[in-house]
This record gives sequence, structure tokens and C-alpha cells, in this order.
Amino acid sequence: MKTKIRAGGMVAMAATVALVAAACGGGDNGNGGSADGNGVEITWWHNGTGEPLLGFWEDVAQEFEDKNPGVTINIQAFQNEELRNTVLPNAFAGGNAPDLFQSWGGGELAQWVEDGIVKDLSDVASDTIDAIGTPATAWQVDGKTYGLPYTFGPAGFWVNTDLWEKAGLDTTNFPTTWDELFAAWSTLKDAGITPVAVGGLDGWPAAHWWYHTAVSTVSPETFEKAMSTGDFSDPAWEKTGENLQTILDANAFNDGWQATSAQQGAASSAGMVALGQAASELMGVWNGGVMGGIYNEANGLDENSQELQENHLGWFPFPAFANGEGDGRILGGGDGFSVHADAPAETVDFLKYILSEDVQRRYVALGNSPALASLGAEIEDPAQAAAQKALANASGVQLWLDTAFGPAVANPMNDAIVQFMQGNGTPQQVVDAISNSWAG
Amino acid sequence: MIGFTGPALLVFVLFVFVPIGYAVVLSLFNGTPTSPIRDFVGFQNFTEIFTTGRGETLGQPWFWHAVRNNFLIAVMSLLIQGPIAIGVALLLNRKMRFRGFFRLMIFVPYVLSEVITGVIFSLMLSPQGAVNDWLTRLGFEQFANFQWLMDTSAAPADAGMFAILGSRTFWAVFAILTWKYVGLAIILFLAGLSGVPEELNEAAAIDGATWWQTQRKITIPLLGPTIRIWAFLSLIGSFQLFDMVWILTGQQPGRTGMHTMATFMVDQGMNRNRVGYGSAIAIVLFVITLIVALLYQRFILSRDIGKES
Repeated sequence: MKTKIRAGGMVAMAATVALVAAACGGGDNGNGGSADGNGVEITWWHNGTGEPLLGFWEDVAQEFEDKNPGVTINIQAFQNEELRNTVLPNAFAGGNAPDLFQSWGGGELAQWVEDGIVKDLSDVASDTIDAIGTPATAWQVDGKTYGLPYTFGPAGFWVNTDLWEKAGLDTTNFPTTWDELFAAWSTLKDAGITPVAVGGLDGWPAAHWWYHTAVSTVSPETFEKAMSTGDFSDPAWEKTGENLQTILDANAFNDGWQATSAQQGAASSAGMVALGQAASELMGVWNGGVMGGIYNEANGLDENSQELQENHLGWFPFPAFANGEGDGRILGGGDGFSVHADAPAETVDFLKYILSEDVQRRYVALGNSPALASLGAEIEDPAQAAAQKALANASGVQLWLDTAFGPAVANPMNDAIVQFMQGNGTPQQVVDAISNSWAG
Repeated sequence: MIGFTGPALLVFVLFVFVPIGYAVVLSLFNGTPTSPIRDFVGFQNFTEIFTTGRGETLGQPWFWHAVRNNFLIAVMSLLIQGPIAIGVALLLNRKMRFRGFFRLMIFVPYVLSEVITGVIFSLMLSPQGAVNDWLTRLGFEQFANFQWLMDTSAAPADAGMFAILGSRTFWAVFAILTWKYVGLAIILFLAGLSGVPEELNEAAAIDGATWWQTQRKITIPLLGPTIRIWAFLSLIGSFQLFDMVWILTGQQPGRTGMHTMATFMVDQGMNRNRVGYGSAIAIVLFVITLIVALLYQRFILSRDIGKES
């Protein structure tokens, strides 16, 4: 009996060693279509799980298939965080990655480049890159382009203009300095209106307050130095926290903002602004669509209705700090797609088609911001138009700091910022958290 | 014999030995999710677990805070859920009307999936949720508007080892766990009680023992084996605790100091892209659970096993 168990154990051990070795060795993947023209299959993973985007991407793929006989595009949509944190990394590690996939730029993309996952598009898509201009730089690593954004815009204050007017404030002339904004907040509070909704449960919506403050407080040169060397010793970084404290002291956030989610349903911060429970929210370009969805559902409107975006929303940029060295830059970002290194050549053509003026124009008509600068003037809804105008007037764009710094820094940074905003910590501790995780 | 065990052995090797072996390999590297085996670092990941490493910054809690939470929940489950369950089981074991209905109602929470339970309670306990609304309507406004699931008082590294016992979130999570799992304990104890011979109670009654004396001297001691099995299940369950904490805290347990070993592992390995460190935590978690299970079996369960053979 004893010997038999031992024999079984030996088999198990041997098999373990063999399989572990096999798992370590298996790096090459068998994706990518055949190169002989007929029967090319392109796998496309995107984050457009909700309408109208889901149907729109299906239409775009269908059009490309019709124009290119023999090409089949297999689409799969995943919820954004799931796709980013679990699905894509597992697919890359397991060797069954898609040909075309969502890509957020910044530090994460730099990691993919280092791992040899993504294709260099600099030469094969140079016309499209030129047409996109500045936004494309967020998808560049060492001067080469590894992805293309299809939407891009700055973050700023999304305003429920009904509430703004109810408090007697002017919706044609939004605040441009902190003194004016603080005054507007106290007017709103006097009228019994919550001035600002923050979806702090998700971490990053609160952390964006620190990002905006940093972009306004820290000079571009100091930013560049920190991002290339991890040196956060400049006093401007600590001053960022001090400036943010003056905002927190104005006490304008919704009760329980720390436990409020950002984008899910009526009780989220986006829902509060859309449904008239808070006057504004500091959020990225996608917020118009998110709030529109919640508004349409709550009011039983058609899912494509632009009622909220066109008639009840305003937008203004984050005011600069008088003591800051931000130099007129603006915080922003977008969504893009990257091509897998082993993908069939048609994938690049398809990506170029997604970014063609025709497709982009129809994308903008759904209430989104374009990546092609040439379409900025065609936007109809007032909030998106104001955002595009602010982008055009900015001296430069700083990509979301969590995206720019990469995931290893992003989570500790966001945690530390939220802790600080909740009153547990000092401005210096936020800076320490960032530079400690940077040092790795 | 190998012919019969072959398939089972293969499954066991594939799904138990290989992942464990792979985790051991990964724990020696400083890998990322896209290329897990890169930058060989030896035992540095383990060193980081057993020293404070770079953990002593805001928002990056120390692994041992997670271990503390697991042990606290394990001990409190035994001390609080056990007596509740025994008490309810003793009450329900008597003949009464609607006994089946009561038993059903008590068992329902256990049948619900842990994820669904978590989502339901996170909605109820959100700032605009039902709990705060009820409290306000019942005139207890001073208790409402709390951040039930985002109490950050115990999160800072300098908050002290047992500050968590003052955290609203900790008690909310524990109350929900109790609500969900006490039903299983009650059903187990009822099954155990059905094995207690009726003659013993009758004999005790003839000798003039009160109901309480009968329970204390006869029923509960005879329930011993069942209690010890339940305690073992509860202990293992407490060490594996993941879903409920993960969902209730919006996937950010660190911000409330509520990490368990499993959430800490996933947070570090997946959300912070530190696959090697996450794997090292997985191995330490495995060893801790194994030690506790072996000790429990050796010193407590062995009594029951010895009796039967």
C-alpha cells in the first residue's frame, strides 16, 4: 500500500514538473488569419457593451466586411474594467489575444510594447496619425505610435443647467477662477442644492480632483522630469495637495461621496447630476453619454435620445490656480484601439476605416467627442462643443495620471489620494505613496 | 488500482498540483500579467510579506492586517455565530406550529449566492440606500448617513492593530456574514439534535431536571461532534473569505482596512499588476490555512474520529 502511494506521488510530481515546464515555455500563439486572401478572420474586442455604441461598432464591422470580401470580423464586447484588468492580460499571457483591441495609452501601453504585444503603426497608418494630431501622442512610446484613439477630449465640470439657473446663476458665463467658482458653490448651497457630486467609491473619480489640481499646480517641465525619472521631490507636488485642500474646505461635495459609485444608475454621481440632485460633476468626455443613458431610462425616453445632452447640460473647464505653474494645460484622455503584433494586415485597414471621416462623423452624431480634430466644429450639443473648444485653446494635454503612470503606480496613488481627501493623511503622504510605488 | 484512480489522479494533478507549482514559480519573479515570468528576484516577494516592505504607505496596507482580519472573523464567528445557532436550534427542535416554515426562512440566506447577497447589501447600505432611509423615517437620523461600507477610520497604517474593531464597515460585513451563514449552522445542529435519543430527555425529566439542565448536561455535550465539524467548516470559510468583502467594499477593501488574505492577494496580483507578489501571498495563505487545518484535525477533530473507530 505504502509503495503504491509513493508511486502515485512520483507520477504526480513528474507530471507537475513537466506541465509547469510546458506552461513556462508556451509563449507563441496561433492567432491571426491565413495570409492567402480568402478567409481572413479578425477578432475585435472592445468596451462598447451598451447601446448605441454596441450596435454602431457592429454596423462599422459589417460595412468593412461588405467592402472587403473574404474578411470576417468577430466582435466581442466586454465591460471596461473587466476587459482591462482581467480579460486582456489573461489573453496576452495565455497566447490567444485578439487582433484588434481596446487600448488606453500611457504606462500600460508602454508595458505592452516592451512585451512585444502591439504592432507599430507609425508607417502603416501615418496619414491617420497626422489627421488625429495631438491626441495620438498618448498612444506613442519613444516616438512610435502603437494605437489610435477614436475619441478624445478634456475633463471638466458637467453642469445641470436647470439647477444652476434655479439658484440664480448664469449659464452663459461659467466661473473661470476659483473665487468665482467658490462663490457659485455657496450660492447653490444657499438654494439648498448640492453643488458637486463625486463618485468616490470607484476611487479614480475622486483621484481626478488631485490630477486636475496637479496639472494646474505643477509646471510641465517638473511633470516631464517626474514621469521620466520618478523624481517627485519638487515642492509643487506637495503644493498640489495643499491646493486641493482649499477646494475640500469649501465643503461642496454630496454627503457620503466616499461611498457613492460613479456611473451606475440613479444613485451614482452621474445619476445625481442627470436627475437633478446635484448641480455638477468633474468628469471626462464620456460623461454626457453616461448621464444621457441614465436620464433616458429614468424618463422612459428612447435610448438614442439626446434630450439631456442638448437641452440640460453645460460644461466648463477646471479653473487654474493663481499660485500654479500649470501653463494652460488641460487634463484629458480618450479611448483607442491597438493592433496585435501577429494580426493579419487587414486589421490595420479596418482600424483606418474606423477612423475615417465618415465613421467618425457618425460617431460624433451619437453625442461623442471625435479624435479627428477636423470634426470639432461639427458638434451640436453645447457641453461637448464647449469641451472641444477648451481642448483647442489649451496649451497641451496631460493624459489621466493613472493611465500615464501605469497600473503599478495608479492604484496606490488613487488610494492615497482618496485617503487624503477623506482626511486621513497629508499632502506629502500622497507624494510619498506615488514615488514609493514608482521605485518598485 | 491505478486504472480506477487514473482519471481522478490526472484531474487532481492538473487542477491542484500544477497551479500550486506554477504559483511557486511565479512567486520567484517580479512579473506582470502580460508576461508573468520575468525579472527573477528570488525570495524578495516573501521578504516583503514578512517585513513591512514598501507597504507602509497610505493606501497600501500591510499583509498582516489582512491576516488579522481573517483570524478576527474566524474567532468571532465561533464566539458569536455558534451560540446564536445552538440557541436557535434548541428552540426549533421543540414541537411547535410552523416549524418547517421557520426552518425554511432561516436557511434561505444560505442558498443565495454570495455575490447576489453582497450586491443587495451594498445597495441597501449605500449613502442613498434603504438602510439610511429607514433609520431616518424611524426617527434615528443621527445613525443615518454613515458610510457603512466606507468607514476609513481603521485604514491608515498608524491606526493601530485593533482599530478595525471600531470600524463600522467591519461590523457591517460581519453582521451580513452572520445573517448569511448562521442558517447553515442551525440546520447542521438540528441534524445533530435529531440524533440525540429521546429516552435520555425522558429519563432526565423523570429525575426532575429542568429543560435548561437537560440541554446543558445532556443535549449540548451530545451535540459535540456536530459543533466541532461546524467550527471546522466555519474556520476554513473565514480563511477563504473573498466575495462578500470584495463586493461590499466596491473592490477597494484596502481603503477601509478590510482586506482579507484572499482580497489582498487579488488586489496585489491583478489590480496592481504584481503577479509575483500575489503568488507569494497565495503560497503563504495556503501554508497558513494548511497549518490551521492540520492543527484542528490533530487536536480537536481527532477526538471524534477516535471515538467512532
